[in-house]
Amino acid sequence: MIAAAAVIILVALVLYAVFGGADFGGGVWDLLATGPRRAAQRDLVSAAIGPVWEANHVWLIFAIVAMFTCFPLAFADIGVGLYAPLTLALIGIVLRGAAFAFSHSPGGGWTAGAWTIVFRIASLLTPFFFGDAVGALAGGRYAWTSPFALAVGAFAVAVTAQIAAVFLLLETNDSALLADFRRRAVRTTVVVWFLGLVPAAVAAARALPLFTALLHPAALAAIALALTAGVVTIAAVWRGADRTARVAVALEATAILAGWFGAQAPDLVPGRLSLIAAAAPAATLSAFLIATVIGAAIVGPSLALLFRVFKSSPRKAA
Amino acid sequence: MGTSLAFHIVFAALGVGLPLLVVLAEGTWLRTGDRAYHDLARTWAKGMAILFAVGAVSGTILSFELGLLWPGFMRYAGPLIGLPFSLEGFAFFVEAIFIGLYLYGWERLTPRAHWLAGIPIVISGPVSSAFVTLVNAWMQMPTGFRIVDGRIADVQPLVAMFAQPWLVEVVHGTLGAYVFTGFTAAGVCAFALLRGDRRPQVAAGLRIGIAVAAVAIPLQIVMGDVIARFDSEHEPVKFAAAEVVRHTVRGAPLTIGGIPTAGGGDVRDAIEIPRLLSLLVAFDPNAEVRGFEGITPVDRPPVALTHLSFDAMVGSGFTLLFIALGWGVTVARRRSPGRALLIATACAAPLATVALEAGWFVTEFGRQPWIAVGLQRTTDAVTPAPNLMLAFASFSGIYVILAAMCGWLLRRIGGTT
Repeated sequence: MIAAAAVIILVALVLYAVFGGADFGGGVWDLLATGPRRAAQRDLVSAAIGPVWEANHVWLIFAIVAMFTCFPLAFADIGVGLYAPLTLALIGIVLRGAAFAFSHSPGGGWTAGAWTIVFRIASLLTPFFFGDAVGALAGGRYAWTSPFALAVGAFAVAVTAQIAAVFLLLETNDSALLADFRRRAVRTTVVVWFLGLVPAAVAAARALPLFTALLHPAALAAIALALTAGVVTIAAVWRGADRTARVAVALEATAILAGWFGAQAPDLVPGRLSLIAAAAPAATLSAFLIATVIGAAIVGPSLALLFRVFKSSPRKAA
Repeated sequence: MGTSLAFHIVFAALGVGLPLLVVLAEGTWLRTGDRAYHDLARTWAKGMAILFAVGAVSGTILSFELGLLWPGFMRYAGPLIGLPFSLEGFAFFVEAIFIGLYLYGWERLTPRAHWLAGIPIVISGPVSSAFVTLVNAWMQMPTGFRIVDGRIADVQPLVAMFAQPWLVEVVHGTLGAYVFTGFTAAGVCAFALLRGDRRPQVAAGLRIGIAVAAVAIPLQIVMGDVIARFDSEHEPVKFAAAEVVRHTVRGAPLTIGGIPTAGGGDVRDAIEIPRLLSLLVAFDPNAEVRGFEGITPVDRPPVALTHLSFDAMVGSGFTLLFIALGWGVTVARRRSPGRALLIATACAAPLATVALEAGWFVTEFGRQPWIAVGLQRTTDAVTPAPNLMLAFASFSGIYVILAAMCGWLLRRIGGTT
């Protein structure tokens, strides 16, 4: 049951990283919009994020709730240890969500421009501090200002930008815009590879215990899978197989997160708490699992409906 | 955390109530074809977009703060209260999904399908707030576990989920959300009418707001009476603090208002109505009411704050009831509302806010010094992390900005569309 609960949290985190990541990455592209089609790029991002970001955001809340229900000791420990980066990420979440709603409100007037800037910066900072928090957790001792943690933060931003670029390909029919984001999808995939090397290099240079963990077969397999998924992403993007690219980039994110989980298993907080030590009593775990099954039965079809209404039409119309 | 909750509760209450108003408005349009209701639904939906976004992010703050601020509490309470929180997560999921469909689906869905997309929001809003209220009920009267050697054992999540006050708290909280939203919407429309706004959608909004509020407020007053009697029996310390009963006496007077004395353990210069409290509690003017005297001072809630919040809630609740009665009389006589009634209704919006927040204060102040009554003190639950004041200040600052921005945007939406 402990394993099932851990897997559910991992799944929620993966879904948040992929869908929420695409929304944050969209904000990054809003920030980096350049060239003659700058305005069109930003409109595309807004239209893609608008109807779904709140639903995508719930994956995070669900992961948090699952965490304190099933692993309360780890939740409390992480809450104290990563107080600073998580608070900063939280501020980013609040400002991103509120700024998006404010800047798109018809009453916005002159303030819309200012909120748009807040939205872009918050879209950049939130994944950075989440990545940083993950790095600090994995690197041990909650050292969130360590080079390793900061490198993981930068890596996280690159991944969200990559996911967003790939996801946006299915949101438009405009060939010039498509070309823009095809280029970006390929480039950010390469950037992701390089930025992925940095934390690994830091871990090796500082001889963190984590580096040994990275050489664990499960971690190596995950890294290999992530790299393969990246290559498939590039190939699919060039060939215009945008759906395949989506699956590949989602697989890449899954491999990264699963690799992280796998590398530090059976510890939840490396060196401090194992999954078993942090777990809630069995009665709570089973109640949670039952609630999750019931909840999933309701949420699954609703989510499918949401994505069918908003995420399938631009290409169908073409 | 208190600031976060006081802020979030406004958005949570609107998240419960506003979808009902919007769906009622859109439904009236579909049934009657009256464009005023269509315009009203569109206008309110634009407001809902902002309010829901801010409610969602402020809710996120709360879920994080549980760990960031109260690690000591979550360490052992997580397994006990996680179940309602998990279910709340799913209810919120449904809400977020359908709010996306509703807000962005005006052109993509047929009018009827669009209206139907609003129904799950109307249901999931109160359901998700009810799950969170269950957690609060548990904090008031923790249950569903045994303590063995100073540790929690035999955790029963389903028992913990339905702590004794759950039903009264859920009904009271849900009605409170409808009272608040109904009067706020009606108050804003009444204010616009008074300022000479003659658009038909303003009158339509007033009608729907008052209709919801007028149904909810009498039920809420009855519920308030039920909950007060529940507290006098099961949470006597909180009740004694709310009613400032120091000594356990027979024939207790009802104390209204008053100035907190030094030390905060009492109030003076209050209005006292002899024997009324005993009469209210037990239908017997000589019934015994337990005081907080027997409780050691460190275990007492802040009496003055609890009492004044309680009076603010009850006072504004009854004022709202009279405003609703005024509307009842006007409608029964088939008159159009007079200027005095409109002014009173405009004042109902801030009054309803007072009632909502004060009610929240009663339950939270009344529980102190405990975070979970009898189990853990609030001071033992708080995080040892440094710079707590800095985080508190920055979040408070963000809340002020968000609240100001919401107010400003809502005014502009109301004025321009």
